[in-house]
Amino acid sequence: MNGVPLSWYLVLSAILFSLGVAGFLFRRNIITIFMSIELMLNAVNLTFIAFSYDLRQVNGHIFTFFVMVVAAAEAAVGLAIILTVYKNRGTLNADDVNSLRF
Amino acid sequence: MLDSFIPSWAELLRFMPEIILSLVGSLLVMLEPVTGPKSKSMLGHVAIAGLIVALGATFVAHANPGAAFSSMIVVDGFATFFRVIVFTVGILTIFSSYQYLDREGSNRGEYYALILFSVVGQSVMVVANELIMIFIGLEISSIATYVLAGFLRDDKRNNESAIKYFLLGSFATGFLLYGIALIYGATGTTDLGEVRQAVLQSAEPPVLLLSVAAGLMFIGLGFKVSGAPFQMWTPDVYQGAPTPVTAFMSAGPKAAAFAIFLRIFVTVFESVGDRWEPLIWASALASMTIGNFAALQQKNFKRLLAYSSIAHAGYVLVALTARSEIGTASAMFYLAAYALMNMGAFAVIAHVAGKGETTVDVSDFAGLGAKQPVTAALLTIFMLSLIGVPLTGGFFGKFYIFKAALESKLLWLAILGLLNSAVAAYYYLRVLVVMYMEEPSARTENLEPMPMSLQAALWLPAAGVLFLGIFPSAVLEFASASARLLGQ
Repeated sequence: MNGVPLSWYLVLSAILFSLGVAGFLFRRNIITIFMSIELMLNAVNLTFIAFSYDLRQVNGHIFTFFVMVVAAAEAAVGLAIILTVYKNRGTLNADDVNSLRF
Repeated sequence: MLDSFIPSWAELLRFMPEIILSLVGSLLVMLEPVTGPKSKSMLGHVAIAGLIVALGATFVAHANPGAAFSSMIVVDGFATFFRVIVFTVGILTIFSSYQYLDREGSNRGEYYALILFSVVGQSVMVVANELIMIFIGLEISSIATYVLAGFLRDDKRNNESAIKYFLLGSFATGFLLYGIALIYGATGTTDLGEVRQAVLQSAEPPVLLLSVAAGLMFIGLGFKVSGAPFQMWTPDVYQGAPTPVTAFMSAGPKAAAFAIFLRIFVTVFESVGDRWEPLIWASALASMTIGNFAALQQKNFKRLLAYSSIAHAGYVLVALTARSEIGTASAMFYLAAYALMNMGAFAVIAHVAGKGETTVDVSDFAGLGAKQPVTAALLTIFMLSLIGVPLTGGFFGKFYIFKAALESKLLWLAILGLLNSAVAAYYYLRVLVVMYMEEPSARTENLEPMPMSLQAALWLPAAGVLFLGIFPSAVLEFASASARLLGQ
């Protein structure tokens, strides 16, 4: 990691985070939307690790573990919800899951 | 060395409410398979007992204030105030759930366990003194609530509500977490007290990084409290979820989210306050206006209250914009009053909704005043409190908020907020007109009598709303004292 400045990692994670946000906003498949959220969380993990290395602290590494644990719990619940949606409607297109009135 | 890793008795005492609720919640999950299908309500009684014990433990903890677990959490007046709110919301939710779940044929033990776990998460949020604790509490609360929103698995509206709540909630969490990461990078710590010190003492605080972090956290928390422009998920999610869960979502998680909003923005970001104040100013005005004007056109009562909850989030954001002690205190008071009146109003909807929630339009409430005068009278109290009529908690909540806004020289925001309240009176009063002036609808003609549990879910908040409206000073003084300590 020597020689690569901190800012490069921060820019990379900002780009990854933006890609996640863009995916969330523009993709229509619910699984893809969910994957975009995971990309956002992992971009944050990269930020944590980069700062942690730069500050010579172990805290940031520990935070990423918490984030990964929470992301796993979220994936378990989220995929179960996605499954019930598919069972009841037979589609995973976000535009079709729209029976409530606007 | 090892001694410092073993929590002392005083530390455990400060965390006792969360410990109790986690244990009772796990116990419920284990009892569920050995309980007969007819006696699932027993599990609900156990959950209520657990919440009452936790409420008692809250007061014991309050008698021993201070930090615990290397200042990961802190028990202060602010934490106690919000703990009492979220535990009360939990109790009221379970009271209003028995009849609803029986009617839908889904009275299962995990429902009560999930409510407890969600309440634990909210309780962790309000005592957290550390950004990672805040994140974990938020996720414990959110993940349990995602499941609750889709609790009736075979109901299409429940599915839709759950998926929308899940996707937008996780999206918001991503922003909040990015904000936390940037604060960590800017200050090298995630302890709120240390972050505050680092920002105050450094000769050149990294203003840009902190401003970006504040903006990202504002987006994340804005979603959670359904403030504009991040409110678009609220109507769909509130309309689609089971009514008692909607009541829960609109009171508990929201109050806890506002608690961390207050804790972070009043302590950590105070020194960059000039930068975020215009942001919250605009969000408060937009929330009030969008919420109230959209609510005018709603026929569905749940959707109407969803828009009204956006508007009420706007009022609390006005109190945040004031950035003063009285602003914080008025926000706390308002959240307590709002939790009570909203729980009560949704309990009436849960009663009238009928199997499969087929009758939740405002017109279905026609003639309720003639058929069930007591229920109608209680709903009237909640509606008047939501408008902000004197002698109800809602009146003093609004009064203190606009007073705080005027003291912080936010004249325009206060005027526009008051005009908004006048608009809001129209749609709340329309409910009362329909209820008392119109001929009974097909639903109210055959309305079953109200069971004891649901009566408790109505009388308790009604008593609370009237207490806050007639004797506001005791609660407000407690809130002011807590707000004073919070800023230190």
